[in-house]
Amino acid sequence: MVWQVLEGLSRDSAKRLRFVPGIVYVDEGAACGRSPEDRAKTLSEARLVLEAVGFPHHEVALEEVFSLPPSVLRRPAQGPAETQAQGDYKAAVDTFLQQQLVLGAQDSLPPAPGEGQLHHPQGLPGPQSWTAAQTQALCRLFESVKTLTAREELLQTLRTHLILHVARAHGYSKVMTGESCTRLAIRLLTNLALGRGAFLAWDTGFCDERHGDVVVVRPMREHTLKEVAFYNRLFAVPSVFTPAIDTKAPEKASIHRLVEAFLLRLQAQFPSTVSTVYRTSEKLTKAPREGCASGPRCLLCMCTLDIDAADSATAFGAQSCSHLSPMQLPPLPAEAGTPPTPCCPPGPGRAQGADERQDAQAHFLEQLCYGCRVNMKELASLDPLPPYIQAEAQLRSQRAWVRREIQEFLIEDGGDGEDGQS
Amino acid sequence: MPAPPCASCGKARAALRRPRSGQALCGACFCAAFEAEVLRTVLAGRLLPPGAVVAVGASGGKDSTVLAHVLRALAPRLGLALHLVAVDEGIGGYRDAALAAVRRQAARWELPLTVVAYADLFGGWTMDAVARSTAGSGRSRSCCTFCGVLRRRALEEGARRVGATHIVTGHNADDMAETVLMNFLRGDAARLARGGGLGSRGEGGALPRCRPLQLASQKEVVLYAHSRRLDYFSEECVYAPEAFRGHARDLLKRLEAARPSVVLDLVHSAERLALAPAARPPRPGACSRCGALASRALCQACALLDGLNRGRPRLAIGKGR
Repeated sequence: MVWQVLEGLSRDSAKRLRFVPGIVYVDEGAACGRSPEDRAKTLSEARLVLEAVGFPHHEVALEEVFSLPPSVLRRPAQGPAETQAQGDYKAAVDTFLQQQLVLGAQDSLPPAPGEGQLHHPQGLPGPQSWTAAQTQALCRLFESVKTLTAREELLQTLRTHLILHVARAHGYSKVMTGESCTRLAIRLLTNLALGRGAFLAWDTGFCDERHGDVVVVRPMREHTLKEVAFYNRLFAVPSVFTPAIDTKAPEKASIHRLVEAFLLRLQAQFPSTVSTVYRTSEKLTKAPREGCASGPRCLLCMCTLDIDAADSATAFGAQSCSHLSPMQLPPLPAEAGTPPTPCCPPGPGRAQGADERQDAQAHFLEQLCYGCRVNMKELASLDPLPPYIQAEAQLRSQRAWVRREIQEFLIEDGGDGEDGQS
Repeated sequence: MPAPPCASCGKARAALRRPRSGQALCGACFCAAFEAEVLRTVLAGRLLPPGAVVAVGASGGKDSTVLAHVLRALAPRLGLALHLVAVDEGIGGYRDAALAAVRRQAARWELPLTVVAYADLFGGWTMDAVARSTAGSGRSRSCCTFCGVLRRRALEEGARRVGATHIVTGHNADDMAETVLMNFLRGDAARLARGGGLGSRGEGGALPRCRPLQLASQKEVVLYAHSRRLDYFSEECVYAPEAFRGHARDLLKRLEAARPSVVLDLVHSAERLALAPAARPPRPGACSRCGALASRALCQACALLDGLNRGRPRLAIGKGR
């Protein structure tokens, strides 16, 4: 993708692209359990290639999530239109895919005007921007999540937040990611299986504006992995291989691996499978299904919450009710008038501290969408989470509590009365 | 090691663990919980109003057996009248045994049974004949496509004969999850747009259909049948290995091993899919030949039969419609 952009920006191309790119490289070695020497080696290799490209580049390590501000999770009110000045921003996100970079200077490098005085970190293995304590905290976080599926999803979330932050800090308005058609088809089915059916259009569509000012675009979504591989080979595009969190994991280890293996196997038998799934993804819209109003947003993925009432006849309702029924033998309710109950049944004789922790966790889970909830349920406690998530969660639950207190006095706009509910 | 006591009544020894929550329950409490959940689904979704005459699609398999049993237990409370409708597709060696099971159930539970046969309704075409006719086309036979469409017509016809106001079928959560996976893999946006709810409301003269067991996973259905010692027919259809659904089923089994809640997560995803208006199916009209609900001039059943009768069985399947 980087090479394609380079081509597009060169003087010889017929339709010249009109933006100013930068590159972000996220070092996820800590999450994958690599040693610092390995990470430094990979980083220097990547740096070599990045510098040959000539675009301003930023290297960040995943540990820096521990120093992110909570504003990362807030969606800014203004639209993206105003801040076009510094141009667009590119991120090679899939570090386990071959990063496409150009070697050699046969093409004229783009002397794009207004490239901006972006600060490059120098090529030496300079001072790290993270501490060993943060590395440990990151390892602890990933170890506290038990399944590989949840780990991959957590990694994805943290990575997105980090890239968003870097983009905002340097004034970029767009982030381009290099997902190919095959990857998107796999992601589509994976997200279906994770319960994120409501958000497929954002997760796999061309442009994803749920973060407000920074728009994520996917320009490579029409190319299959095979095409990308051939392109790299034909044009001798060098790449750096880094192991990812699921390298060498057995096929059954996570939902992502299962779906990938399944789809590729099916593709061998029915060659149109990937393109069919991809075409189906094009038919998805971003509007919610009729009848679902727009409401609060998920804390982690910033999509509108897709949770139904706890006693509705839906999959969510069925799961939330099954926690309750064995506790109180249901005297078969006459109509759908079951009083709403807290989502965590208080057990008798439990210590006060555990109760509070349970409450905090319950409040945290309430702010997440269905898919994020299923993932975060695996966390035993909220402590290993980075401080920005915890701070924002507390803030939101505080606000929600205050709102509940004064609910009956608020005048809703266009309102069907929401008061008296609880 | 002795079994732990039941988590809800605390008196009897637990006989099983619920797949969904891992709790140990005795047989009676589990069955009560299962029935309570089906009741909640029916009430919360307002699926079956009191006084409805309900045609239960009974195939003799575990899902329809459990459905019939649960509805029979809940019928007095909900005020329903139940009829069993069985469909004879004419698959030799398979359907006869299944029908025998249905007849035994009808006799045991004293429910009226009506059997509708493809051979009567569709001009002599049985599934075996359809399979022979489509076998020569080279690729996989797609007889499941025919069977599905024709069976729904047959069920509707049977329901009308007994004067039913609603049709219920025993699809469970695993079926719904497989369906959504399958529709994505085949790119069937129209079906994706239509599915996801608890059943169709019955537009244009078709009877409303619903699936009360939709939120119960297959494992729980089997556990229920085992706890109540229900007698059902448990073999697979002869043509099942060729169906595309087999791939989706295989994937679902593996996903369930990786994460047990994936079945309900898929059902939740299916409920919340948002498809572009252009992809949604057009407003339904009536078939010009038989008057049933159709989105084109001919309903799918008539179109398929047309193809069969003309000796071109793949006429109504695939993109050349």
